[in-house]
Amino acid sequence: MVPNDNNKNIDEHTGIETTGHEWDGIKELNNPSPRWWVWLFLVTIIWAIGYWYVYPAWPTLSGDGFRGGTKGSIEWNQYKQLEESQNEIFSRRAENLAQFQKTSFEDILNNQQLYAFAVAGGKSAFKENCAGCHGSGAGGAKGYPNLNDDDWLWGGSIDNIYLTIKHGIRADNPNTRSSTMPAFKGILEEETMKKIAAYILSLSKGYRYTAEGKTSYEQMCLYCHGKDGIGNTSLGAANVSDSIWLHVEDSNPGIVSQIENPQHGVMPAWEGRLDDATIRQLAVYVHSLGGGE
Amino acid sequence: MHSDNKIKLFEKQQKIYPKRVWGKYRKIKWLIMFITLGIYYFAPWIRWDRGLNAPDQAILLDIPNSRGYFFFIEIWPQEVYYITGLLIIAAVGLFLVTSLFGRAWCGYICPQTVWTDLFVWVERIFQGDRQKRMQLDQSSFSFNKFWRKLATHLTWIFIGLITGGAWVFYYNDAPTLMSQILNFDVPWSVTGWIVALTGSTYLLAGFGREQVCNYMCPYARFQSAMFDEESLIICYDEFRGEPRSAYKKGASWEGRGHCVDCKICVHVCPAGIDIRNGLQMECIACGMCIDACNNVMDKLSLPHGLVRYDTELKHKLREKHIEESVHILRKRTTYYISILLIATTIMLYGLASRSPIELHVLHDRNPMFVQLTAHKIRNGYDIKILNKTHEDKSYTLSVSGLDKVEVRVAGAGIMRTDNLKVFADSVGHFRVFLTSYRQKKLRQNFTFYVEDVKTKIKKQKDSIFVSGTE
Repeated sequence: MVPNDNNKNIDEHTGIETTGHEWDGIKELNNPSPRWWVWLFLVTIIWAIGYWYVYPAWPTLSGDGFRGGTKGSIEWNQYKQLEESQNEIFSRRAENLAQFQKTSFEDILNNQQLYAFAVAGGKSAFKENCAGCHGSGAGGAKGYPNLNDDDWLWGGSIDNIYLTIKHGIRADNPNTRSSTMPAFKGILEEETMKKIAAYILSLSKGYRYTAEGKTSYEQMCLYCHGKDGIGNTSLGAANVSDSIWLHVEDSNPGIVSQIENPQHGVMPAWEGRLDDATIRQLAVYVHSLGGGE
Repeated sequence: MHSDNKIKLFEKQQKIYPKRVWGKYRKIKWLIMFITLGIYYFAPWIRWDRGLNAPDQAILLDIPNSRGYFFFIEIWPQEVYYITGLLIIAAVGLFLVTSLFGRAWCGYICPQTVWTDLFVWVERIFQGDRQKRMQLDQSSFSFNKFWRKLATHLTWIFIGLITGGAWVFYYNDAPTLMSQILNFDVPWSVTGWIVALTGSTYLLAGFGREQVCNYMCPYARFQSAMFDEESLIICYDEFRGEPRSAYKKGASWEGRGHCVDCKICVHVCPAGIDIRNGLQMECIACGMCIDACNNVMDKLSLPHGLVRYDTELKHKLREKHIEESVHILRKRTTYYISILLIATTIMLYGLASRSPIELHVLHDRNPMFVQLTAHKIRNGYDIKILNKTHEDKSYTLSVSGLDKVEVRVAGAGIMRTDNLKVFADSVGHFRVFLTSYRQKKLRQNFTFYVEDVKTKIKKQKDSIFVSGTE
């Protein structure tokens, strides 16, 4: 280090002034930033001060201010912004929604714009309210019907779907859909039930069955489940001639257990929880999944 | 170690006053400025007929409708790889030019150079040449100084305004926007861009100047990687020039160099350097010092080329009095040319084979398949047909590779698989259900086809039909 006349520290090798900092003989050269850069840096600091004043910026120890922070002079926050943009969406939707509510299901199924509107609205309402049981793709699970297929307990027409959603199944609603299959345990012999189950399996799989099984079916089950086991949607009686089972395995013991002691599903009534427009949108969406009649 | 002395916190900009030059390279520079600014200002006004359903502006980046137009080329957002290709070609082309001609880009074509040059010209009109400008800056405040400075800055802002103004025409229909501007009825976004670009032009070309090249520009720094011994640089021939000294008319040239130390090469330099100190980072190779020096050599009846475009190799050999011509094809340039050819070929192939239809198929994941009554199985698909033409189209949808399959398009009204309508220049979105029996494989591969009903142009996409879980 050679302090020169102006008492500056000049590095011998480069001839550049140093900052005077030294670590084990390594010196820090002072290669300064251009002035405009320094000014810009200062401007950003000043900008930040203004920003703190205008916008919510600093957390506070107490809960004072918005969720424990400074509010900022314009009292802007993300929650208000969200509310505003949601209101904007609602008002934009209002026109379509009014049109949708005036139109019958039949006309909606033939109107591309309203149909797309209903499917989109129903899809998001489904994810919010129905997916918990029926799955996000409406694929269902054991005890919760798959809404994509063409096997409907209470009917797959759009009006029937609408009524089911509105009033629920075995729900706390005066108009709810309800039916009860009797438990045959103690009424029928175990052996008879197995034979009935064999007959039922034969309907979907073509297995062999006994004449006794068929006769018992016709005596005990035909009234609700129909000839050839096609079911009855006005009673909520399942179609037993297909391989689709809601509560049990697709097997003889599975079917026997359902005859012995039937399980019944419950679906809440959505009337009162959702507005009518949403229920109608849901009906259109569920109908659109592919199994609608 | 402790010291009390003051340390500089910033480097003060040394204002540069480039002197006026005449000569070959100055002429080229004017010409290039004329051409590049001409392209920049007038290109958005070129019309190109694309029919009724598309804009008729030759070069247009339509952000709201997410389309890019360049004469006969139209790209959709997902085809941004064409822009990637263009950028690769531009970059490698720039590398090639740099390895051959040095910083030709910096010295002649770079917008920063062109606009700075324009601004210096404005400065000269109102404030005079180098000497006068320096005097004006040193003089105390007067009306003369005031109006000259004011006129300079107002002209700069005006140039900035038409620069920013021209930019927005690339993103909007130029005639429509022009009439909007004339009626002061411009969207705020457009105003914002004009103001921002006016500001950046004014600041960068008026004040930033060589500092942009020295401190901001990454290319200025990393282009040394593209240089080799045979790249053109500006070279002071010190074997001929040194020892330099002032020259009295009629004196002998014996025992001294041809450089008369007139410093004209320093005065004309827009980067404010002395080229006689050798190649420097700040040099943008604009050749103004060559013109200036050649004019002096003419007056002294000496040959041109004391300062000249030269290569390092030639310069070294000249010391040994060997004349060597420049090799255009050398390792580095061959690489760049090959990459350039490959990239261009791929791009041209891509453009030539661009189909007017695009088909996207998404097999449902939830549920993967649906078991129906009567042993049938249904799979759902989201199908998107992109109609890239400018007319409304009908398409036929078919599948091959599945046994006994029923194809159904879901939607409002009656949807027919042989008449899927997609509007001009848009995407048709269809829900498609395939119903069939259990296939040979649980995951059966098959193919969707769409065919333009009129032109019979086909597009296909493979997909799977899932019949069950393992």
